[in-house]
Amino acid sequence: MTAAVPRTIVEKIWSDHVVTQDPGAPAVLAVDLHLVHEVTSPQAFSGLRARGIGVRRPGQTVATADHSIPTTDRSLPFVDAMALAQVNQLEANCAEFGIPLHGIGDPGQGIVHVIGPQLGLTQPGMTIVCGDSHTSTHGAFGALAFGIGTSEVEMVLATQTLLQRDPRTYEVRVDGRLTPGVSAKDIILALIARIGIGGGTGHVFEYTGNAIRALTMDQRMTVCNMSIEGGARAGLIAPDDTTFEYLHGRAHVPTGAAWDAAVAGWRTLPTDDDATYDKSITIDADALEPMVTYGTNPGMGIPITSGVPSPDDQADPGQRRALERALEYMDLQPGQAILGQKIDVVFVGSCTNGRISDLRLAAGVLEGRHVADGVRLMVVPGSDEVKREAEAEGLGEIFKAAGAEWREAGCSMCIAMNGDQLQPGQYAVSTSNRNFEGRQGKGGRTFLASPLTAAASAIAGVVADPRRLPGIETLAPIGGR
Amino acid sequence: MAEPFTVFTSAVVPIPAENVDTDQIVPARYLKVTGKAGLAEALFRDWRFDEDGSLKEPRFILDRPGMTGRKILLVGDNFGAGSSREHAAWALTAWGVRAILSTSYADIFRNNSLKNGILPIVVDRVTHERLFTMLATDPDAQLTIDLAEQGVLLPDGTTIDFDIDPFAKRMILAGTDELGYLLAKDGQMDVWEAAHPARVDTLAGAR
Repeated sequence: MTAAVPRTIVEKIWSDHVVTQDPGAPAVLAVDLHLVHEVTSPQAFSGLRARGIGVRRPGQTVATADHSIPTTDRSLPFVDAMALAQVNQLEANCAEFGIPLHGIGDPGQGIVHVIGPQLGLTQPGMTIVCGDSHTSTHGAFGALAFGIGTSEVEMVLATQTLLQRDPRTYEVRVDGRLTPGVSAKDIILALIARIGIGGGTGHVFEYTGNAIRALTMDQRMTVCNMSIEGGARAGLIAPDDTTFEYLHGRAHVPTGAAWDAAVAGWRTLPTDDDATYDKSITIDADALEPMVTYGTNPGMGIPITSGVPSPDDQADPGQRRALERALEYMDLQPGQAILGQKIDVVFVGSCTNGRISDLRLAAGVLEGRHVADGVRLMVVPGSDEVKREAEAEGLGEIFKAAGAEWREAGCSMCIAMNGDQLQPGQYAVSTSNRNFEGRQGKGGRTFLASPLTAAASAIAGVVADPRRLPGIETLAPIGGR
Repeated sequence: MAEPFTVFTSAVVPIPAENVDTDQIVPARYLKVTGKAGLAEALFRDWRFDEDGSLKEPRFILDRPGMTGRKILLVGDNFGAGSSREHAAWALTAWGVRAILSTSYADIFRNNSLKNGILPIVVDRVTHERLFTMLATDPDAQLTIDLAEQGVLLPDGTTIDFDIDPFAKRMILAGTDELGYLLAKDGQMDVWEAAHPARVDTLAGAR
């Protein structure tokens, strides 16, 4: 008997989901869970209607409204008639095609990548897709999860399958121990700063190493969420006891004997010893500082105590031009310190950092303190459940006492579709995932950072190092339940 | 469903920036549409227009004389990074783009392009430089794109060969969409599903 060829977790999930594959064609890959939101689905439903076909598996599909909804008091109107029409269209589409919807007012409503895990719909070994690039978030559970376009949304609705070429694998090994004030967000920002925003193109990241194992599920989701910012459509972490503990008892997770059987199956998923990756990189957690971006893509990040890079130091002419343009947009000088940079807005939220442990970190910093004069702090929970949980723990009161806006769940200023946006020229420290030109409002300037850095900056009124806060040691290890 | 992809000749619009993200190609505030039409005006909106809707001065390349009607973009590395919004491909199609030349593309953008009949051609760095140099000398240089032969014919008579996924080539040449192909696999999916019970039931009430 020959030994089985060692396989990565990606290869195991992949082979488990190939329905069929014609010679020379991509594989037909089965999808276990399809998440739907208002922005990338209407044209897909129109396509189904035009063909006169239905949704193959409504029971493996779930929808929510998150991108263009108001996060102010829900009784207030939408930002415009188009946003309202889009959400109304989602409701009509879900009703017509029999898809369960967690819309506004439903206790299950929230950002699509927050509610999947929260409801226990996201499980190890699954294939999960959504018309949203941050679908990589669900990889935290050891699922192969990736964003798709609207044409593909239509395909999945119609057939519960997709055409896919098998991905290459990229091991991101993070060993060591994070120091107080440094968190999951800093791991992923450091990775992207090293490899660039195209570094993972064509690959799936697998995050390994003891620093990854030490992360809670919320933190793992933060890391996997921004895989796409490193160019990888998916990024995942093999499931372990931390994963199973998080899932146990959640609404859609099996119970009793079925739970035991599921866990036994999930334990076979981790990458085999001796399996090989197409690429790999190692990051030393001990050496990480809080990270902050200074430019107009997530790869333009630096340790918070560093200076802004100079275009003169860039050997590649393309990178020099890109840096010059970014610094002009950001109105920053080469070599200047990022610490102490004046800010106008702080945004805590998004599918990257809008979970309860993110809010606990921010609240830990803000308790007994006040937001600096002239700074607007918005705290936007990732879901209605996160909001209720935060209020039950008294976090909402802490935010309000600190002078923050404590809002309703949604994508909010991460994508600035709903009216929550920066004014031209404003600077923001944001816990979200993208600092592209105009991403948080036309002309707005974004510094991506962790919830700790964001909260510390809100108090200081400038970009601030959370490690200098008194009592930061007691906030670490970060976020444990 | 896209039109079948036939050989065509066109001048080129050069956009040398690297890492152009889909938020630049179509800003998020244009994603509130429920159809695909009308997105040409959203294409590179904030690089083309001032706040009041007038064209920026100096004009962005798309709005300079002679650019309308060009079907080929020559762009920097990692074009289409970021968001999965297919609106980027719809807006490019609406403007008239049928092929793009670059050293690389973001994965989701590349997929979305192919599904809308836009050919994302990958060239090596040397060729990429050569094309920009050629356009600097002759901004109206015409390229002929022949997908069947997998070649880009230059004005000097030389041809740049390119690779493409053979399946994607077949689909885009015929203007066939992948959904038709997948629907025809219905029987195989029945078999797969019989052997792989659904892992979740979103319709089941929360316990």
